[in-house]
Amino acid sequence: MANTANLEAHATGHDHASHGHHTPTGWRRWVYSTNHKDIGIMYLVFSIIAGVIGGLLSGAMRLELQEPGIQIFHGLAAMSYGLEGDAALDAGKHMFNVFVSAHALIMVFFTVMPATMGGFANYFAPLMIGAPDTAFPRINNVAFWLLPPALLLTVMSMFFEGPSGALGFGGGWTAYPPLSTSGHPGPATDFVIFSLHVAGVSSILGAINLITTILNMRAPGMTLHKMPLFAWSVLVTAFLLLLALPVLAGAITMMLTDRNFGTTFFNPDGGGDPILYQHLFWFFGHPEVYIMILPGFGIVSHIVATFSRKPVFGYMAMAYAMVAIGFVGFVVWAHHMYTTGLSLDVQRYFVAATMVIAVPTGVKIFSWIATMWGGSITFRIPMLWAIGFIFLFTVGGVTGVVLANAGADRALHDTYYVVAHFHYVLSLGAVFSIFAGWYYWYPKMFGYMYSEFLGKLHFWVMFAGVNLIFFPQHFLGLAGMPRRYIDYPDAFALWNRVSSVGYYVTFVAMIIFFYATWEASRKKRPAGNNPWGDGATTLEWTLSSPPPFHQFSTLPKIESKDAH
Amino acid sequence: MVTGQFFRKMGAVSAAAMALMPMLASAQEAGRGHPEPGQFHLQESVTPIMDSIVAFHDGILMWTITLIVLFVLALLVVIVVRFNAKANPVPARFTHNTLIEVIWTVVPILILVVIAIPSFGVLSDQMTVPDGERKYLGANIFSLGEVEVPEATITIKASGEQWYWNYEYVDQGVAFDSNILSEAEIAELKPGQPRLLAVNNELVVPVDTTVRLQVTASPTGVIHAFAVPSFGIKVDAVPGRLNETWFNARETGIYYGQCSELCGKDHAYMPIAVRVVSADEYEAFVAALAESRNYDTAAAVLPAL
Repeated sequence: MANTANLEAHATGHDHASHGHHTPTGWRRWVYSTNHKDIGIMYLVFSIIAGVIGGLLSGAMRLELQEPGIQIFHGLAAMSYGLEGDAALDAGKHMFNVFVSAHALIMVFFTVMPATMGGFANYFAPLMIGAPDTAFPRINNVAFWLLPPALLLTVMSMFFEGPSGALGFGGGWTAYPPLSTSGHPGPATDFVIFSLHVAGVSSILGAINLITTILNMRAPGMTLHKMPLFAWSVLVTAFLLLLALPVLAGAITMMLTDRNFGTTFFNPDGGGDPILYQHLFWFFGHPEVYIMILPGFGIVSHIVATFSRKPVFGYMAMAYAMVAIGFVGFVVWAHHMYTTGLSLDVQRYFVAATMVIAVPTGVKIFSWIATMWGGSITFRIPMLWAIGFIFLFTVGGVTGVVLANAGADRALHDTYYVVAHFHYVLSLGAVFSIFAGWYYWYPKMFGYMYSEFLGKLHFWVMFAGVNLIFFPQHFLGLAGMPRRYIDYPDAFALWNRVSSVGYYVTFVAMIIFFYATWEASRKKRPAGNNPWGDGATTLEWTLSSPPPFHQFSTLPKIESKDAH
Repeated sequence: MVTGQFFRKMGAVSAAAMALMPMLASAQEAGRGHPEPGQFHLQESVTPIMDSIVAFHDGILMWTITLIVLFVLALLVVIVVRFNAKANPVPARFTHNTLIEVIWTVVPILILVVIAIPSFGVLSDQMTVPDGERKYLGANIFSLGEVEVPEATITIKASGEQWYWNYEYVDQGVAFDSNILSEAEIAELKPGQPRLLAVNNELVVPVDTTVRLQVTASPTGVIHAFAVPSFGIKVDAVPGRLNETWFNARETGIYYGQCSELCGKDHAYMPIAVRVVSADEYEAFVAALAESRNYDTAAAVLPAL
C-alpha cells in the first residue's frame, strides 16, 4: 500500500518524498497500474485501437454506399458465412445493420469516451489541479481494465446469433425494442447489453474517481473558481456520467429481463410500451452527447489561450456555460422522439428547452473568438485543430438548432441530415478536439516533439476528408434519404459517391497520423518542459516532459489571481 | 397556355438564380414526389403542411444558420489576418467585457425567439387534424393562418410489417398489402418507376381531400415509420400504439416515401407509394376494391400509369 500511504501523506501536506517506494517496471507497471498517467496512456492506446476498428467498420459502410445497389455486403456475408445467392444477400443486408450498430457503439463508448474522460482527464486533470494522483488509484485501475472486456463483448456480439439465422446485433446503438427484443432472439443482443453494463460500470467508477479528485485534491489556493477550464469540463462531464449511466443501465436491464425472463416492460402484448424504452434511453443518450463534447470544450479553451498568448476570455461564463449545458442537457431528451407520437404540448416544451442550449453554446463559441481577439497567435498544430473544431462545431451546432424545431424535424428526422449533424459535432467536433489535445499534450506525455510538417499535413487532409464525407450528407437528408439504409434510390447516388471519396481522403489522413506518431517516436526530438511558451500557464507545463512518475511531492501553492 | 409558359420561364430563371446560391434550397426544380439526382434541398411540396415546412426551413432556418456560420467564419478570418504573431506581436491582456457578453447572450435569445414563433405554428398545424374551421399557415408562416383545409373525410390505417406496408380503408373495412417491386418487376409491370421506391399496390387517395392517417405496426412486430417527404409527414409505426397524422394533397401523381425507423434487414426495402387521383377516380377505385376485395381488379378502373 505504499502508494496509498504516500498519497495520504501528500494530501495532508507532509513531505514524504524520501520514503522508499520503487517504480514498477515491465508488464506489472501497466497491468497493476495505479498511476493516473500510466492509466491515462493506456486509455489513449485503447481508444486508438477501438477507433481503428470503428473506422474500418465505417469504411465498409462507405464502400457499400458508394454506388446504388448492393456492392460488398453480400460478398462479405458469402466470405464470412459460406452462404450463396439470396441467402448471402439476406445475411449481407443484416450484416450492414450490424456494422452500423457496432460502428456507433465502438466510437461512442470505446473511442471518444476513453480518449477524453479516460485518457486526457486521467492524465491532465490531476496535473492541472496540482494533485499527486487521483483520489482512488485502484478504482482507476479497475475502471480501465473493465473496458477491454467490454469492447471484446461488443466485438464478440458480431459473431453470435442475432435474428433467427443471422449473426450479430443489428438494432442500432439506440437498440430500440421490439427490434432488440423479439426482433433479435439470439444471444448477440445480450452480449451488447452486457458490454454496455461493463462499460457503464467502468465509466461510473471513473466518474466517481474524477469528481472526488477534483473536489478534494486541488492544490492549496486553487479554489473552484481558479481551477483550469479543462478540470471544470471534466468535473461537469463526470457528474453527467454519474447521473446518466445508471438510467441506461436500468433501461438495458429491463430489456435483458424482457428478453430472457418473460417481463414485458417494453412489450405491448403484456401491457408494456416500446416508447418507454426510448424515453429511458434518451434520458441517458442526450447527456451522453454532451459527455462526448464537454471535455473537448475544456481542451480547446486551453489551446486557444495558449497560442493566443492571452488568458481565456470570460472564464466564469465559460465554466458556468458548461454547467448550464450539462444541466439543460438532462431536460431535452425527447427531441430525439418527435415522430413517436408525442402530444403537441410535449413537443412544444422540448422544442423550447432544446433551443435554450444554443445560448450557452453560443457563449462558448464567442468567448473562444474573444480569447483569440487581440492575441498574438502562432498557428501551431494544436491551434489548427482547435480553430478547426470551433468552425466545424459551429456548423454542427446550427444544424442542431434546425433539428430542435419539431416542425422542421418532421422532414429531417431519421434522414442523413441527422447523420451529418451529429457527425459534425462528434466526428468533426469531438474528434478534432481529441486530436487537438493529442498534439497539444503529446510533447508533455512523451517528452518528444512530432514533425510540424506531418502534423499540419494530417490536419489539412483530415479537414478536407471529413467535410467531404459529411457535408453532402446534409443534401441527402434534405432530399429525404433515410439513415441506416444499405441501398438507396438512384437519385441519391451523386452525394453518396462524394461522401465515400471523403472517406478515402480521411483514411489517408489517418495513415499520416500514424506515420507522424511513429516518426516522432523515432526521431526523439526533445520537447522540453514547455514547448508552447509563456501562453501555456497551467501546472502541467511546470513539470518535466514526461512528468516524473509521481509529481507534486510538495504541493504547489496557487497564489496568482488568475491561475487559470 | 401562355401563362403556364411564363411561369415555367420564371421557374427556370429562379432555378438558375438559386443554383448560384447552393445554400438557398429551392424546391422549384425538383421532380414531384421523389428525389431528383443530385438534389440538395427538400422535396417539392404538395400539401399545406409541407408548404409551411419548406417556408420555415428555406425561408428562415437556412438563412439564419448560413449567416451565423458565415459570421463566425468571418471573425475567424479576421483573427487569422489581424492577430497572428507577425501582425500583432504583443498580445492584449483583456479578459472581460460585460457589454459584449450581454450582447452575445441576448442576441442569440432574440434570434431563437424569432425562430420559435413560426416554429410553434408549423408544429401546431402538423399535430392538429383539420376540423374544417381551423385555418392553416401554408407557405405564409408568419400569418395567423390563411389556408382553409376541409374536415377530414377519409380515414386510412397504415400498418408497418416486416417488411411491407398494409393499408386499410377504415370506412370500407378493406385492406391490402403494398410490397416493393424488384428491378425485373418494375421493367415488366411499371416501366420507368424508380428502383427501391416502386411498389406493387400503391395507396390510392383523392386529390384536394383531407385524409386522416392512422399509423401502427403489427402487434408482434417492430417499430417502423411512415414518411412521405412531399406531404411533410413522418410518424412512427409502433406496436400497440395508434399514431395519427393527416394530409391534403393538391396535385395528382405518385408520391414516394421510405420506412424511416430501423426495422431489420429489409429496412431499406419497404417503400411507401401514395397515388393521388381525382375524386371520381378514387370513388370508382374504392368501390371496386370494396366489392372485389382484389387490388388489381380495383386498380384496373384507374387510368394506366
